[in-house]
Amino acid sequence: MSEILLSTEHITMQFGGVVAVDDLNIQIEKDKITALIGPNGAGKTTAFNVITGGYQATNGMVTFDGTVIGENYPRAKMKKIYNGSYKTPYEKQVVNTPDKITRMGMARTFQNIRLFKELTVFENVLIAKHCHIKAGLFSSTFTLNRAEEQKMQDDTAALLEKVGLLENKDDISSSLPYGKQRRLEIARALATGPKLLLLDEPAAGMNPKETEELSAFIKEIKESFNLTVFLIEHHMNLVMEISDHIYVLDYGKTIAEGNPTEIQNNPAVIRAYLGDEEL
Amino acid sequence: MMKIRRNQMLTIITLIVLVIFLYWLNAHRHQNGMLVSVLTKGVILSLVAVSMNLLNGFTGLFSLGQAGFMSIGAYTTAILLIPVKNLDGVYYMNGISPSIRAFKELVAASPQAVQILFPFFALLLGGLLAAFAAALVGIAVLRLKSDYLAIATLGLSEIVRAIFSSPQFDQITNGSYGLNKIPNFPVMLWGAIPSLITPFIIVAICIVFMVMLIKSSYGRAFKAIREDEIAAQAMGINLFKHKEMSFVISSFFSAISGGLLAMYMRSIEAKTFSITMTYDILLIVVIGGIGSVTGSILSAFLVTAAKEWWLRFFDQPLVIGGWHVPLFKTGFRMVIFSLLLMTVVLIYRKGLMGTNEFSWDRLIARFTKRRSAKGGAK
Ligand SMILES: Nc1ncnc2c1ncn2[C@@H]1O[C@H](COP(=O)(O)OP(=O)(O)O)[C@@H](O)[C@H]1O
Ligand SMILES: [Mg+2]
Repeated sequence: MSEILLSTEHITMQFGGVVAVDDLNIQIEKDKITALIGPNGAGKTTAFNVITGGYQATNGMVTFDGTVIGENYPRAKMKKIYNGSYKTPYEKQVVNTPDKITRMGMARTFQNIRLFKELTVFENVLIAKHCHIKAGLFSSTFTLNRAEEQKMQDDTAALLEKVGLLENKDDISSSLPYGKQRRLEIARALATGPKLLLLDEPAAGMNPKETEELSAFIKEIKESFNLTVFLIEHHMNLVMEISDHIYVLDYGKTIAEGNPTEIQNNPAVIRAYLGDEEL
Repeated sequence: MMKIRRNQMLTIITLIVLVIFLYWLNAHRHQNGMLVSVLTKGVILSLVAVSMNLLNGFTGLFSLGQAGFMSIGAYTTAILLIPVKNLDGVYYMNGISPSIRAFKELVAASPQAVQILFPFFALLLGGLLAAFAAALVGIAVLRLKSDYLAIATLGLSEIVRAIFSSPQFDQITNGSYGLNKIPNFPVMLWGAIPSLITPFIIVAICIVFMVMLIKSSYGRAFKAIREDEIAAQAMGINLFKHKEMSFVISSFFSAISGGLLAMYMRSIEAKTFSITMTYDILLIVVIGGIGSVTGSILSAFLVTAAKEWWLRFFDQPLVIGGWHVPLFKTGFRMVIFSLLLMTVVLIYRKGLMGTNEFSWDRLIARFTKRRSAKGGAK
């Protein structure tokens, strides 16, 4: 049994009366690629947001690298309207903001690319290095941290080289072609030095060739950066090719999990994707 | 490499020319009253404009509290610096608080060195008080959405003004009577830098600090927050901490600018720092380009010169061949000024400089292009 890097326990996320994620229990093994799939609106992005600290779960617990990073139970108004299928409330409240969770070693990309649009490719990645800065505001302003600043710049250049974006380093990030923007967003996440990388639909809007390149790219960075990868994706070819383990979500509920072969032959999954009438 | 050397040379030469010019101006200040006044006010406003830009243009926080923070600086400086012998005259209605008087008498009786440094200490203290106020307000409002910040800082600014003019503080701020007999700018380096040049030096130091901050890793983090808060946070940037830093620093320098303004105007009252002042500064920032330091500086001088000097002409009655041209009377200048502003904003949608900074390369490219274009026409 290998080590579990991230796990969620009975995570339920309810917005008003809508249960977007219902009793999600996932275990992400270290050094593996795990995928989260499901139709649009299934609650995948919401699950990411809960894990990365953007949303506070309504009930349940998230553990990362041996530490509880998020825990909550239905409170105040939610106590009355709570409608998750896992009824037992948790007892503690643990809140961590997304920046803190990133500094703990979890980085993410967004379904709708969120680059620092007006800044250059180089700056985009360099900024992601800021989260581990040792120098304070004054020593940084008076460039007393020259060695540190130089290392940040060098690491950024090295990272850009590795992901093949060095030639674009002075381009304004929003001027890059779409595929490169996706790649830059991944590079920026890598710059924070993560153990776990969360990718939200990295192949969205890509053609088959670009998707092919992306799956090679993900495998490559996983090896060279010693990453564990957790990704949401719609391109089934990519998912089936690179994933070690897959979770399937539908209407917030986990309807299946297993390795690619198991998922491909799972009737519930086929039904969720194709709809009942087509069976 | 060659280009960098050349640009450095050009910058150094420009600075030397500027310094020589300032010393020349100092020697001929009596013949050039208007120029001195416009340049001094321009440089003071450029400091507050750059500090507003740090917040609005570089961190993406829309704050409207500049006048409030300026008034903190102005009042601190004024109260500390009005000479002891003038106190009874200034506070003729209610008298001054005995403890402030005692403190000022203590300073007046201290060694020369203390007295020489005291004006700078007063400016610094004004800045620190404003920074402290900003830190407190920041805790309350910076966690909220950015829109609330504009309203909250506007409110703060008005509250500060109300406090300064309230009768309860008559013995400190002289309430609605305001303060006068504020001494002129101090000299620096035992007179090597005359009083007239002091504000230029102080502002230059402050702006250089802000530019270095913007270029540092923290400045880059500010820009990331401006570009996309959610992404910045996902990249590990503590939003509150960085917004608070930017807000506190911006307020500090606004207050320094306020202190200098008090020294320039020689008399202040709470009304001086009404919301109109903040709008004037916002205008300078927008005209110069939100996100451009050199734009703010340029614009501070241009706006001040236009408003107080170049357009004066429109305020004088104009008679052509015995005919009294209508409209030419006090106030018409501001109409023309507003029209000019509209034109500028229409032509330069993103301000004079946009988000660009001044660069020799750009300037030179501009001239050489024009020349070669002319050459081509021949
Ligand atoms: N902040 C929110 N407030 C209310 N409803 C939300 C919010 N975020 C997501 N939802 C709802 O949660 C459901 C799942 O959305 P999402 O997680 O984006 O799906 P997916 O990423 O699987 O396509 C949708 O019905 C969506 O409307
Ligand atoms: Mg989604």
